Amino acid sequence: MEELNKTNQFVFSKESLRKKFRLSEFLSEKIITGVAFLSITFIILIFFFVFKETLPIFHGNKESKEKANPELVQDQYGGGTEKQDQYGVATKEAKPADKPERYGVTDTDSISKKITEESVVKNVSSEESNSNALRRLAGKEWMPVSENPRYGMTPLLVGTLKITLIAMLFAAPIAILAALFSAAFAPYWLREIVKPAIELLAGFPSVVIGFFALMVMASFLQNVFGYETRLNAFVGGMAMALAAIPIIFTITEDALSAVPGNFTEASLALGASKWQTALLVVLPAATPGIFAAVLLGIGRVFGETMIALMATGNAAIISVNPFESVRTLAATIGAEMAEVVFGDTHYSVLFLIGTFLFIFTFSLNAIAEFYIKGKLIRRFQGRTAK
Amino acid sequence: MRTRTKIAGGILTGLTGISAFLIIAIIVIILFVIIKGGRSTISWEFLTAFPKDGMMKGGIFPAIYGTALMVIIMSIAAVPFGTITALYLAEYAKENSFIAQTIRFAVRTLATVPSIIFGLFGLGFFIKFVGGSMDHFFLNGQLKWAQPNILWASLTMALLTLPVVIVSVEEAIRTVPLELREASLALGATKWETIKRIVLPGSLPGILTGTILAVSRGAGEVAPILFTGAAYYLATLPVSLSDQFMNLGYHIYIMSTQSANVDQTLPIQYATTLVLLGLTFMLNLAAVILRSKLRKKMRNL
Repeated sequence: MEELNKTNQFVFSKESLRKKFRLSEFLSEKIITGVAFLSITFIILIFFFVFKETLPIFHGNKESKEKANPELVQDQYGGGTEKQDQYGVATKEAKPADKPERYGVTDTDSISKKITEESVVKNVSSEESNSNALRRLAGKEWMPVSENPRYGMTPLLVGTLKITLIAMLFAAPIAILAALFSAAFAPYWLREIVKPAIELLAGFPSVVIGFFALMVMASFLQNVFGYETRLNAFVGGMAMALAAIPIIFTITEDALSAVPGNFTEASLALGASKWQTALLVVLPAATPGIFAAVLLGIGRVFGETMIALMATGNAAIISVNPFESVRTLAATIGAEMAEVVFGDTHYSVLFLIGTFLFIFTFSLNAIAEFYIKGKLIRRFQGRTAK
Repeated sequence: MRTRTKIAGGILTGLTGISAFLIIAIIVIILFVIIKGGRSTISWEFLTAFPKDGMMKGGIFPAIYGTALMVIIMSIAAVPFGTITALYLAEYAKENSFIAQTIRFAVRTLATVPSIIFGLFGLGFFIKFVGGSMDHFFLNGQLKWAQPNILWASLTMALLTLPVVIVSVEEAIRTVPLELREASLALGATKWETIKRIVLPGSLPGILTGTILAVSRGAGEVAPILFTGAAYYLATLPVSLSDQFMNLGYHIYIMSTQSANVDQTLPIQYATTLVLLGLTFMLNLAAVILRSKLRKKMRNL
């Protein structure tokens, strides 16, 4: 007995129980933690660097001074060369890159010279232009490449909202009904086919959907509805719906499947039929999740670039007619960033649009994440606990 | 009363069923149209030749090569980072701690940020800031890195695909049975040794799935590389990290919207779309199969 005690004391003394310090353990844990923090860092960096490029708009004074001295502008982006640098534009073969090449725009050199001259003129009344900068952004005309460039973002915003509305009117009901089918009505074997099949749509690259919309859907819908402009908000919205459907479907399906089984059982035991249970018990219980799904779908459509570039016609018009061409915020960035002069007002305005898109989708995601999920958890736990 | 509810039920069930099959029908139609349009153009020569006659004829080899190269560089960057972040979330972080919640939120935010924003970020951060600094400090202001190239495009894409890797690796790590970990720890292995020898090998299929999904996503995205490195036409293949590259998705976009004679190149466009769609489709299918096998295996354990 005594002996046993002795050995026990020997094994479990305080000293021997203390965790030994091991360098490799310490390092691995710290490195892993550090790398994990990078994802937070990236979010902050994205916001910071996208926002940073918009700053010249808010310092109208400083910006126009820089512009008065074209050499300074060029130095800014490490060019060092005497030509204007352009990004993302094709460098065709081994052509000497002295002359910047652009698509769809002609004689841009003279135009950008004019822009520069004009801002020099504006510099005289820099105070005034500074206060006007923000007001100009709310204008009704988006004509960034013209003698008198106007950066009114209203048509872009209207276009984006129009497309989002059309896409959601189409995508949300279909995706939610399909999710209800998969979660509540379909037999197991069918569910195992339907669910992965719809999720495959999420794997379709948006450029492929855009191509399909441009080549097939646009002509088909024009034949059916007989409107004038071939590429318009309606076609774009329908194509965007294809991109949003898998997102809404997947999240709604998860939300419906997460409704506790005793909800369904209780309802069925009280004599409700299968569809009554699905519609009146399961669906209402999952509403916060469905709401989150729709929010994320909106975020996807709002920021979608390639489909908007290819299938909406890209004309900045303010109108409520769904059969007119529109230009969305994201498509504007995609189309014009490649043609823009670095450090220009136009360049900064495009980054401002980017900042706006980022903040908008970030907020949607935050709402979906915290408000709705919290509500969902409270609902299920609150009811099941009683 | 009873017949009425029955009819209502029938209508509702029918509606949901129709919606589900409408979506599947659209998928089938897209596949059918693109396969039909592109099938006849696709040949060995189309896949291995350079474009000819100002893109009017010839193949798309440089675009395939550029996409593959970008995806490889992207994976080299995204997979280790994603795996380590997933390890932290699954093994080290306390489930409901503030830090873990914040990282999860950040990952989900990364997944929902519009892809064009990544393009802007690549331009502002990688090209202007990192590239600009590199040129300034190492090349005395000579312009080399501060312009679009395959490295910056791949890194931008890596950022975009990071959440894909994290989510599927974390899922895989969680399927490694707790008993295996406990056994390893009980035998005297430390936590890091357990992770290295037990957890990581056990979640290898999950890491592979994550990589495949990330590759499929990265191969199909165009918006982030619009102004970070993709080029319309290059006479040579990219040989260094500071070269621009051709890309399948960008090729489709330019050919179908920006080229002068869209109609004449239509077969090439369909064929290119078919190649891209086929590639992403196969990769996704492989990931789905791999994942379901993994889940079955875990269930049997």
